[in-house]
Amino acid sequence: MAVLKVLVIDDEPGIRSGVSRILNNFHVTYPFMDEDYTFEVTEAATGEEGVTILDRDLPDILLLDNKLPGIQGVDVLEYIRKRNYDIVVAMITSYASLDVAIRATRDGAIDFIPKPFTPQELKSSIENITKQQYLKRITHKMKQEGKKIRYQFLSVLSHELKAPLNALEGYLRMMQGKQAGEMIDDYATPIERSLQRIQGMRNLIMDLLDFTKIRLERKEEKIQEVRLADIAASAITTVQPFAIQMDIAINLDIRSDAYIMADPDDIEIVFNNLISNAVKYNRIGGKADITIDSSENAAIIIFADTGIGITKNDIENLFDEFVRIKNEKTRNISGSGLGLSIVKKVVELYHGTINVDSTPDVGTVFKIKLPKKPITIT
Amino acid sequence: MNKSDFTILIADDDPDYLFQTVFNLEKAGYKTIAVESQAEAESVILRFKPSLAIFDLMMESDDSGFILCYKIKLKYPDVPVILATAVSHETGLSFSIDSEQEKSWIRADRYLEKGIRAEQLDQEVMKLLKL
Repeated sequence: MAVLKVLVIDDEPGIRSGVSRILNNFHVTYPFMDEDYTFEVTEAATGEEGVTILDRDLPDILLLDNKLPGIQGVDVLEYIRKRNYDIVVAMITSYASLDVAIRATRDGAIDFIPKPFTPQELKSSIENITKQQYLKRITHKMKQEGKKIRYQFLSVLSHELKAPLNALEGYLRMMQGKQAGEMIDDYATPIERSLQRIQGMRNLIMDLLDFTKIRLERKEEKIQEVRLADIAASAITTVQPFAIQMDIAINLDIRSDAYIMADPDDIEIVFNNLISNAVKYNRIGGKADITIDSSENAAIIIFADTGIGITKNDIENLFDEFVRIKNEKTRNISGSGLGLSIVKKVVELYHGTINVDSTPDVGTVFKIKLPKKPITIT
Repeated sequence: MNKSDFTILIADDDPDYLFQTVFNLEKAGYKTIAVESQAEAESVILRFKPSLAIFDLMMESDDSGFILCYKIKLKYPDVPVILATAVSHETGLSFSIDSEQEKSWIRADRYLEKGIRAEQLDQEVMKLLKL
C-alpha cells in the first residue's frame, strides 16, 4: 500500500473538507500496479500557507484553486515550476477562463476540476492523476536502473582489464629485481603465467568486440539465408587445434539440413562460443557432440559435452555478464566471462531460446531454438 | 621476534596475485598460508589464528573481503587485517578507513591498492605487526 500526499489549496473551507473527506476513504488500484494507492490530504486556505506546506511536505498531488485571497493559483504554479518540484497539479476553479487555463497549462497544471464538483468527478480526476504519476515514476526508475547496469558493466570490465596488467607488472618486477634467481630458467612459472594472462586479455578484447557488435550494429541489410551446417563446420575448424591438445573428439550430426534467416556473423559467434566451451570445460579424452535438427518453424542446435558440468546453483547466473564459475575444476581455465552472455543476447535478438541442462562431472547440454522465418530484429 | 615467527593468511582469487604476494612475503621472511576463496579462508580461520591477514575484496561475492574482515575480527579481535583491492580506482567506489564511521563497519586495519611494491607491502606488514 503506497500513500500519495495530496495538498488542497482553496479559500473555501467547504471545498477543503470535502476533498479531505472524499479522498481519505478512496484508493486507486490498477492491474499493472504493484500496490494500491491511498491518499493523505493536507489543507491550506491561502497560497502563502500552501507554499510553506509545499516546501515542507513535498506533496505528490496539488489541488489548486486559482482565485485566492493573497497570491494567486498561477503564482503557486510558477513557484513549483521554478523549484522543479515533482508535483502533479490539478486546478479547481469555478470560472476557468481561457486565459487562466492557458497560463496554468503552460506552467504545468495537467487537469481542471470544475467547481462545484461531485465526489465522483473528484475521484475520477484523482484516478487519472495517480495513474500518470505512477507511470512517470516507473519510467524514471527504469531509466535509473539502465544507467546503473551500464555503470556496473563498465566498472567490472575495467576490473577485468586491470587484473591481468597487475599480474604482468608483478611478474616483471620480480624479474627486474632478480628476486627468484640469476637465471632465466628461474622464472619459468612467471613467464608461463604472463603469457597465459596475455592470452586471457586478448580473448576478453575479442569477446568485447563481439559484445559491442551485437549491441550496436544495425543489421537488416546483413540478414541472409544461413546454412547452419556450414557455420558449424567452420567453427569446429577454429576450435580443432585446441580440441586436439585436449584429445577431445568433436562430432557434428546433421539430422536436418536447417537454414535460418540471420546475419552469419551472429550465428558464428553462437557456434564459436558454445563449441569452444564444450572443449574448454571438458575432460581429457572427452567428447563434444553438435546436433543440428529442425522442427516445423525452428532450427534446433544442441551442444553436448562430457565435461565438468555446472551445479544447479551456478546455472542461475550462468548467462550474466562477467560471470565465471570459480572452483577447483575451473581454476586453470581462462575465460572472459562474457561468452555465454553474448550467446544469449544473440539468441534473443533472433527471438530464439536457449536452455541448459547439466550434471556435474557428467556433462552439459545447451539447446538452442532459432526461428527459421525471417524476423524483424529488435 | 623474527619475521619467520609470523604466519600471514592471504586470500585472493587471482592465482597470480596470490603467487606474487606469497613470493614477496616469504622472500621478506614471513610464513604464509594462501587460499583462493572466501570459503577456504573461513575454514582456515576456524582452525588457525594467523598473525595477520590480507584479504582481496571481490572473490565469490563482491564483498567477500568485508565479510572476512568481519568474521576474523569477531574471532580474533587482535589480528591485524589488510584489505587489498583493485576496485576503488575503476568503480569510483572510493572508501577508506580513515573516518570513525568507516572504521565502524569496515573492520580492516589497513586498506591497500593492489599493485603496490614488495618493499611497501613489507613496510605495511611490519607496522601492523609492530616490528
